[in-house]
Amino acid sequence: MIRSEIIRDIAPILRDQLVVCNIGLPSQELHMIDDQASTFYMLGTMGLSSSIGLGVALAQQKTVISIDGDGSVLTNLGTLPTIANNVADNFILLIIDNGSYGSTGDQPTYAGKKTSLTAVARACGCDNVIECHAKETGIVLQAAIDSKVMTVIVAKCESGNIKVPVITKDPVVIRDRFMNEVARTDE
Amino acid sequence: MSVSKKIVNDFVANGIGFVTTVPCKQLGGVIEAVEKEPSIYHIPSNKEDEGMGLCAGAFMGGKRPAIIMQNTAIGVTVNTLVTLTQFYRMPLPMLISYRGELKEPVACQVEMAVHTKALLNQLNIPTYHFHQPGDEQELDAILKYTFMCNKPVAILTDATFWGGY
Repeated sequence: MIRSEIIRDIAPILRDQLVVCNIGLPSQELHMIDDQASTFYMLGTMGLSSSIGLGVALAQQKTVISIDGDGSVLTNLGTLPTIANNVADNFILLIIDNGSYGSTGDQPTYAGKKTSLTAVARACGCDNVIECHAKETGIVLQAAIDSKVMTVIVAKCESGNIKVPVITKDPVVIRDRFMNEVARTDE
Repeated sequence: MSVSKKIVNDFVANGIGFVTTVPCKQLGGVIEAVEKEPSIYHIPSNKEDEGMGLCAGAFMGGKRPAIIMQNTAIGVTVNTLVTLTQFYRMPLPMLISYRGELKEPVACQVEMAVHTKALLNQLNIPTYHFHQPGDEQELDAILKYTFMCNKPVAILTDATFWGGY
């Protein structure tokens, strides 16, 4: 499985949650597959999906899922100790680890070589780190949501991309509709 | 009341409830006062761009954020300021120690100081400079301005303001 197949698989689960989605192809794929107002698409700033998601989670009660990539986590490796030491039980970090920088042409990352982000996350002090195969991502993600315990998921998949259109929505619109979803009460 | 405590009181009075900090000797008193303030969630970050990501999230989650950092951070965070904070139009008060100004003992700090205002100017970031004791009187108005216009705003505080190192 490649990343876009994981995203297609988990889109029905993401639909009801606040989602912060990584820059580039992950955001473009999720936007094309199932655009939701409750998704904050990153149009720039590689590496900060986990930081933005943790900030949202610490500021309010609803569950927040940050979709990140192995390359992006490596860009902002300092995020893992911050997550470990600021536990938000409504926060899930989903690292889709395909061992490559997909958006820039599939150059290999160190996570696809000797470095295990699962081991790094555990060494940083993250208490609940689950590594899974691509096809198990949906089951593991749903279990993490139901557990109401902060979880880091490392979903291992193959490298590869599909053709997707860029996101042309205005950033302030993306931000505003996301904030409306944060504030919305379900009753 | 200490200047540090007054600064944190202004944060609280303006509804700031989420503050990220990167260590700084000059701003150590403010960081300590932030840590002690029960209405503020204090989250130290490992790098300033990470901190700006946390602040962007906290803002969207409904809390007013602020970041405390050194002016060297301007060199680290240009991309984040432009493609996150400004692009999505989010407010971010940045309380900055202006190292490399008068009374600076470390020559290397001057190398970043000479670029600090030029970079902030290039980025169209409203910039205020606390140079004399008492300049902190303006902080309340600066914070109100920041959350009115939804922009990152820089508050540079130098060694003369803090009474030396």
